[in-house]
Parts: sequence; C-alpha cells; structure tokens
Amino acid sequence: MHHEAPLYTLFGLTFNLANVLMITVTSVIVFVIAVLATRNLAMKPTGMQNFLEWVMDFVKGIIKSNMDWKTGGRFHMLGMTLIMYIFVANMLGLPFSVVIDNKLWWKSPTADPVVTLTLATMVVALSHYYGIKLNGFKEYAKGFVSPMPILFPLKIIEEFANTLTLGLRLYGNIFAGEILLALLAGSLATGVGGTIAAIIPTIAWQGFSIFVGAIQAFIFTMLTMVYMAHKVSHDH
Amino acid sequence: MFVLGAGGHGFNGGDIAFQLVMFLLLMFLLRKYAFGPLMGVMKQREEHIANEIEQAEKHHQEAKKLAEEQRELMKKSRQEAQALIEEARKLGEEQKEQIIQAARQEAERLKEAAKKEIAQEKEQAMVALRQQVASLSVLIASKVIEKELSEQDQAKLISEYIQEVGESR
Repeated sequence: MHHEAPLYTLFGLTFNLANVLMITVTSVIVFVIAVLATRNLAMKPTGMQNFLEWVMDFVKGIIKSNMDWKTGGRFHMLGMTLIMYIFVANMLGLPFSVVIDNKLWWKSPTADPVVTLTLATMVVALSHYYGIKLNGFKEYAKGFVSPMPILFPLKIIEEFANTLTLGLRLYGNIFAGEILLALLAGSLATGVGGTIAAIIPTIAWQGFSIFVGAIQAFIFTMLTMVYMAHKVSHDH
Repeated sequence: MFVLGAGGHGFNGGDIAFQLVMFLLLMFLLRKYAFGPLMGVMKQREEHIANEIEQAEKHHQEAKKLAEEQRELMKKSRQEAQALIEEARKLGEEQKEQIIQAARQEAERLKEAAKKEIAQEKEQAMVALRQQVASLSVLIASKVIEKELSEQDQAKLISEYIQEVGESR
C-alpha cells in the first residue's frame, strides 16, 4: 500500500514525477478528445460533437443556476476544462495502477492532494480576482464585512475552508476509491479463493468509482461556480 | 507519505507549478482549438435557428394574408357570378316576352289578311255568280220566249219597244 513517490528536485522545487506524468497524460487525453470531437464541426452535429455540445450545455446549465449568463459566460471555458480534466483524471486510476520499484507511477492525478488543492486554490484565487475585477475593490472588500462587521473573521476562515474542502473532497473521494481498489486487487493476487472472492466487489467498486468520479467532477465544477457567483454577483 | 502527499522530502512546489501551468495551458489550447470553434458553431446554429423561426413566422403571416385575400376574391367572384346569372335570367325573361308579343302580332296580322282575302274571294264569287245567273236567266228567258212567244206577240213587243224608243227621244 505504502508506495513511494518518484521524487525529483529541480531548481529547489520538488517534482513528483508520477504527478507530472499523470497530469500530462490527463491533459493530453482531454485535449485529444476535445479536438477529435470538434474536428468536423457541422451545423447538424453528429456523434462526438453531440457529446461535447451536451457537455457545453451541461456546464452552461451549472453556471446559469448560479449567476446570470452575462456574467457567467466568461467562466464557460474554465468550467468546461475543469469538468473534463477532473473527470478524465478520476477515470485514469480506475483500470490499473502501475508500480515500478515500489514507486507508484500510474494513478489518478486527483488522488494526490497537491493536485486537487492546487486546482482548488486556483479556483478560489480566480474568484477573488474576478470579484475585484467585476465589482471593484470597494464592493469586494465590503463582501467581507457584510451583513455585519463582526463576521469578518468568519469570512476569512470561510475562504480557507472553501479552498480546503473543495480540494480535499475531491482528493478524499478519489484516493479512497483507489485505496480500496488496490486492496481488492491485492486480494485478487492471493490465490484462487481470493480471486473468486474479490472479483465481484472489484467490478462493483470500479463501477461505483466511475459514478463517484463523474459526480466529483460535477461537484467540483458546481462549487467553483458557486464560489464565483458568491464573489461576482452584485446583491451580496 | 500520503499525509497530504507532501512526502516529507521538501516542498512539493514542482507539482503545484506543473499542475497550474498544465491546467492553464490546457484551458488555453482547448479554447483555441476545440471549444472556441465549437462555441462558434453552436452560436451560429442558434442564430440560424432563430433566423429560420423568424423566416417561418414571416412566411406563415404571408400565407395567412394570401389566404385571406384569396377568400375575399372568391367571395367577390361568387357574388359577381350570382349577379351575372340574375341579369341573364332577367334578359331571357324579357326576350321571351318580346318573342311572344311578336308572335301574337304576327298571328293577328295573318288572321286579318286571311279574313280580307276570304271576303274578297267571296265578293268575286258573288259577282261571277251574279253574271252567271244573269246570262243563264237570259238564256232561259230566251229559250222560254222562243218557245212561247208567237208571231203576234213578237210583233206587239217590237212595236212597243219601238214606241218606247220613240217616246224617249
């Protein structure tokens, strides 16, 4: 269970090469899917284009449920990239994991809190940026002391809590899924009896993990838009 | 090592930087090569559909107007036809009346002419009859006279005539 990470230090920064690999793989897969789906764009969509347009509309629906489209339209790309990236990332660790020299190479990048917290921090930072950009600094600052100035410490805590929960929720779900899959796979390898006993729970858990992965991608995007709306909207 | 993934070997800043850069790069590339064009097509389709709907509405309106016009025209032409038939009927009636009148007059005239002719014929026949009767009576008279008048009587008669002639002179 306790595999090591292939660490590498460059310019004083420590890289987990497994993360680097999986982030790259995820990005490439997302990009290839998106480009293949939009290679032959037509007014009458077919196949993959239909699927991607459905995703577009889905994300649009998420944004629209939080803010009006005039403000939220600029977050469409962010939402699309987030939902596709996180979904693909969640799926990658499901079929197998690769361990070389007791070092874990192939896994979901979202099973690492560094990755999920980076995404969460980026989202929260963006929400602050757009809060200032769209409403002005005064309105933005007023958000911290409304409805009562006494809430200011809570508001500050809320920002960090948001970041942490957003990142750790995703990490926890995916990491737990992978741990259980690894346990099941471990018992699969123990012998005939173990294989027979573990095969059905493994399949069931993989199916459930697909569901969890999709739900988590949706929740991450949804909460991103909720935080955005909270900072961007005028009536707060 | 899974305690927040920090691993205990220094700051994991490389992952953070790499994840950030990759995510932003991915977003940029997706916008440029996939979602941007897709969005364009979707917007284009939206406009196309809106256009089509507008067009359809316009056509519908036009068709409605045309149908109304057609109905109006139909009504008008029906009325016109009705009027024409009415007029023709009236004309026919008039002509019938005229023809009957003319026929009646003609008949009257013919009757009159026939009557006149009959009268004329009758007159002529009377004249002819009268002449016939006269000549016949003369003939009969002469026959009778021939048979009954004696020499004496003849002489007497002649002398009477002569006397008469002489007196009238």
